[in-house]
Amino acid sequence: MSVSKPVQYVGGELNSVVKDWASCDVRWCLMYPDAYEVGLPNQGVQILYEVLGELDGVLVERTYSVWPDLEALMRTHHIPQFTVDAHRPVGAFDIFGISFSTELGYTNMLNALDLAGIPIEAADRTDDDPIVIAGGHAAFNPEPIADFIDAAVLGDGEQAVIAITAIVREWKAAGRPGGRVELLHRLARTGNIYVPRFYDVTYKPDGHLESVRPNRDDIPARVSKHTLMDLDAWPYPKKPLVPLAETVHERFSVEIFRGCTRGCRFCQAGMITRPVRERSVDTIGAMVDAGLKASGFQEVGLLSLSSADHSEIGPLAKQLADRYEGSNTSLSLPSTRVDAFNVDLANEFSRNGRRSGLTFAPEGGSERMRKVINKMVTEADLIRTVTTAYAQGWRRVKLYFMCGLPTETDDDVVQIADLARKVIQAGRTASGSRDIGCTVSIGGFVPKPHTPFQWAAQLDHATTDSRLLKLRDTIRGDRQYGKAIGFRYHDGKPGIVEGLLSRGDRRVGRIIKQVWQDGGRFDGWSEHFSFDRWMSAADTALRDEPVDVDWYTTRERDRAEVLPWDHLDSGLDKDWLWQDWQDSLSDIEVEDCRWTPCFDCGVCDTMGTDIQVGPTGRTLLPLTVVT
Amino acid sequence: MARQPDAREVAPAVQRLRVHFAKRGRLRFTSHRDFQRVFERAIRRAGVPIAYSAGFSPHPKISYVGAASTGAASEAEYLEIAVTQTCDPVAVRDALDAALPTGFDIIEVVEARSGSLPDRIDTSRWQVTLNGVTLAEAENAVQRFLQTESISVERVLKDGRRTLDARLPVVSLGVVEEPDLPGCVILEMVVRHLTPAVRPDDVLAGLRQVSDLAPPLPPLVKRLAQGHLDEFDKLADPLAPDRDAAAGVDSVAEISATR
Repeated sequence: MSVSKPVQYVGGELNSVVKDWASCDVRWCLMYPDAYEVGLPNQGVQILYEVLGELDGVLVERTYSVWPDLEALMRTHHIPQFTVDAHRPVGAFDIFGISFSTELGYTNMLNALDLAGIPIEAADRTDDDPIVIAGGHAAFNPEPIADFIDAAVLGDGEQAVIAITAIVREWKAAGRPGGRVELLHRLARTGNIYVPRFYDVTYKPDGHLESVRPNRDDIPARVSKHTLMDLDAWPYPKKPLVPLAETVHERFSVEIFRGCTRGCRFCQAGMITRPVRERSVDTIGAMVDAGLKASGFQEVGLLSLSSADHSEIGPLAKQLADRYEGSNTSLSLPSTRVDAFNVDLANEFSRNGRRSGLTFAPEGGSERMRKVINKMVTEADLIRTVTTAYAQGWRRVKLYFMCGLPTETDDDVVQIADLARKVIQAGRTASGSRDIGCTVSIGGFVPKPHTPFQWAAQLDHATTDSRLLKLRDTIRGDRQYGKAIGFRYHDGKPGIVEGLLSRGDRRVGRIIKQVWQDGGRFDGWSEHFSFDRWMSAADTALRDEPVDVDWYTTRERDRAEVLPWDHLDSGLDKDWLWQDWQDSLSDIEVEDCRWTPCFDCGVCDTMGTDIQVGPTGRTLLPLTVVT
Repeated sequence: MARQPDAREVAPAVQRLRVHFAKRGRLRFTSHRDFQRVFERAIRRAGVPIAYSAGFSPHPKISYVGAASTGAASEAEYLEIAVTQTCDPVAVRDALDAALPTGFDIIEVVEARSGSLPDRIDTSRWQVTLNGVTLAEAENAVQRFLQTESISVERVLKDGRRTLDARLPVVSLGVVEEPDLPGCVILEMVVRHLTPAVRPDDVLAGLRQVSDLAPPLPPLVKRLAQGHLDEFDKLADPLAPDRDAAAGVDSVAEISATR
């Protein structure tokens, strides 16, 4: 009777806080619905944990998905889903907030609800059950889990959780008037908390959506996302959680800006997090200093969707590298665009401590494909960048691509091999060494809501796999360069399930529930994922519907179609998205609005926001010297 | 170019410190690798001037001596660190203990004066609490165990099944009743460190084999002491020679390790 890695369940992380239950009147349980090693470092959960923990009278604890070995023991011994902080039952909290970075966590949510003793269906819950709230990027189309959640929050969470706390507190203090439904109604009336039960969905006989309408007259027809406008006023995390157990990221991460306007058409994150809001250099410097002191981490990650795009990334990198000279503290830039990389930056980042690998994401193999997706990176850009890197002593470069992009042909994918060959060639010339490598990493493209590709047909998994194998064979068959090129790929099947969940409507919820009942857990893990389980569950759940998995995934939508997320407002103008989709089909590129005039994506206008970019000309504050 | 890191100055180690610490409470569930990460970060937070190795991937100079397994508590774990400035061992003890989570508790830090720490550690004394076993059952099992010359038990290791002799390294094995915990008995055993190591779990497997002693609940294992087994079958404190040497010489230069 034992479980693997028991340390992941014991809590006690540095900077975790356990408050007295009775002295708090609003109690949050936050969950990242994956294993502890993946969930603990999640920046979103850490930020909300700290923001809520700082509030008087608010108790906040965390829970993560338990592995099947512990689940079996918990079911045998009737132990409910518990928090790691103080090992309290999740069902006893007021609010159960779950952060979804990916839709593949949905079955884990159902399992956690069930282990917690909370009814799976929101309609079956009583006033004693927590309010179940979904957040994270997947919450921009929560329709597939609409029956299982009480509410969803779109966008930035820092201020939203405080607003929700106030509403719950007032309702509890008043003696819970009107019960659960009244509380949800109060949340929905704010205009930016989505309560699915207050929106009725109707379907046409052919299975298409007819309408989504509110069934109460004092809530909005469209629910807006939250946007945090002053990142300098919210310098979280201040005290990062430092786990005892090993996790996937062992570093202190600071978000240097939020949002991205590069306009890559496949990228949901870049679309739904607009506008760009930079954190200033001095705030970042203060956060890095405080975070390192509070954690003891040896690596700092400067996080964002495209970190080298910060208007003052050069001075920032230099000043940080100067400050941590000789301290074995390394810096990393998790996302770097090919065209924004430069050698000075790279050298600053490898000055103290370890030199990590370089990763670039051209995404499309052919020049034409990169125009379609608006990646705005040319082959010349890539070759110039890798030449610099190889000349500076890097020996391995990793390149990310996608397969199954709109209008793609076999040839577009096979051209990735040409590109990789040229990269190796450039590396051998630049370094004068044959010890040069590059790794091509490629996965299937999944069209996402709130992007120009939301209307696109997803490529079926068989064609995806055949293209990937063609590429693999082309690389392996290259006698001159093949041995220098590594090839990693993900097969197409999990992408189809992700696609189903990404662009699904409420009917897809039945499939999720069926999969969970059939034992589905940890769908993001290849050793637990079962494509057949998903397909057979879909057959059962959609038996009486005129739609099937292909209808949700490999079918192109037309302009007039009501999309399941049309009533959820990311700020993007649907007409602009459609125009951008049409432009992509004509290989027309769109510039970045940080450096060119506004092209009316709609976010700043409808949300009353604006882009916030430097340079500010500020510098890092000197640290007091400790001796 | 740049296959090697720039000729950075790597600050040399000027002193070695030996650390005696405990692993208690819920932190018994940490693995040795978990402890390593936690300890390295605590060193940085505490501002201890740890020495690093040279090269592309500099590592802090910390040497661990035989760690207790995941799930076992311990009152007697040891490690050695190298530092780039001479430190007051007491200040290092206080700073590290404050930086570590409760449950990883620093008991003592001494300056390494002579010899090798691993050479002073060859035997452990363990305490194993068994729940749901009567004293008579346990005494009977212990007696049979001690009367048997060799007891083969199987353990699943990373590289497959291994057969060990659970009897061979056991120097002594005794049983007492636990007055505060009704229904529990406590085994105390002194076990020599062999390769592959025979752990308390293996001794329990041996007890099960000779007398069907099978506690219904998982045993609680705790290491009480480690050291060299002397000719009188006593465990010598592995830090004693350093402590004695320090007492005989001038006091250490006072450079605080704390910030």
